[in-house]
Amino acid sequence: MTDASALDRTRDARFGDYVELLKPRVMSLVVFTALVGLLAAPVPVHPFLGFAAILFIALGAGASGALNMWWDADIDKVMRRTARRPVPQGRVGAGEALAVGLGLSGIAVVMLGLAANWTAAGLLAFTIFFYAVVYSMWLKRSTPQNIVIGGAAGAFPPVIGWAAATGGTSLEPWLMFALIFLWTPPHFWALALFMREDYHRAGVPMLTVTHGRKATRAHIMAYTALLAAFSVGAGFSGLGGPLYLAAAVVLNALFLLGAGRIWRRDEAAAESDHYAVEKRFFRFSLVYLAVHFGALLCDALLVRTGVL
Amino acid sequence: MALHREHELHRRRLSLNLGVGLALVALAALIFGITIAKIANGSLMEAYDHQPRASELPLTEPTQ
Repeated sequence: MTDASALDRTRDARFGDYVELLKPRVMSLVVFTALVGLLAAPVPVHPFLGFAAILFIALGAGASGALNMWWDADIDKVMRRTARRPVPQGRVGAGEALAVGLGLSGIAVVMLGLAANWTAAGLLAFTIFFYAVVYSMWLKRSTPQNIVIGGAAGAFPPVIGWAAATGGTSLEPWLMFALIFLWTPPHFWALALFMREDYHRAGVPMLTVTHGRKATRAHIMAYTALLAAFSVGAGFSGLGGPLYLAAAVVLNALFLLGAGRIWRRDEAAAESDHYAVEKRFFRFSLVYLAVHFGALLCDALLVRTGVL
Repeated sequence: MALHREHELHRRRLSLNLGVGLALVALAALIFGITIAKIANGSLMEAYDHQPRASELPLTEPTQ
């Protein structure tokens, strides 16, 4: 941006516009799942170092969000859901988003390495690379499996949190990884169903665009069944404790019920109630993940305090 | 267009400048806090101070 262009602007970018580049809502999920990974680990962490580690994991996730907004500025502009983001609206330049993304990525990785350890920092660097390059630049525009494989990026935070505490990984954080990984497809396909023409207009090969809505509904059912089997099964494999198992049974029964409703519906029924079932399923999917990780956290705290 | 000391641009950018300033102060405080926490945790902190560093001295066997 030149001085002249800065003077011509009627409204300069505010600090909040740059914060918006970091996708704060996604960051909240990252913070929570990374915190559960950190606290569920068997090694106690100094509270301030734990706080710093979570902060830098969140910053790294935010940085990858800024890189995603830089790369996807063209399609964000034509999608209703993303058209109000700072880059498509012209509040922040695409180059600025790139600079913020790269700068904050470097700060987050180095600071996590110094505050926690270099295993966690390496995992964070890989996560940023996976989301910005593998998902945003490659998968998103080339295959309907984009969010299936790309979901791995969102699944890493509990592994990074665990690594920040222990300096390595073991089975438990990878089970948490798998839980988020399997949860991502039904969550995003439900969104794709009620966002209707968004992905079509942008030319993003979501399942709804390449295979149609009926196939997407069947995929939601299949992945939800897989997720339910995994989620409940993980409760018997050392992940969490009785609270997790109880929460998993109830949540998965409800999630399967919602997926079944979506599967049985056709487009005419969905349009008649403005995709109420799909929207409810999407909202519940957020609760589903939050309660799963909340239960894991409670179980870990009960073990740490000697109750379990 | 000349930039004056109190140009309108400064007022427009006040929120951004304040935000960046506060973020930098927070980062400095965080690095200070990490340092204190690491030392309190017993981490080894060494820097060159015109003295041989303890970790570079040859091990000496205790003699009777």
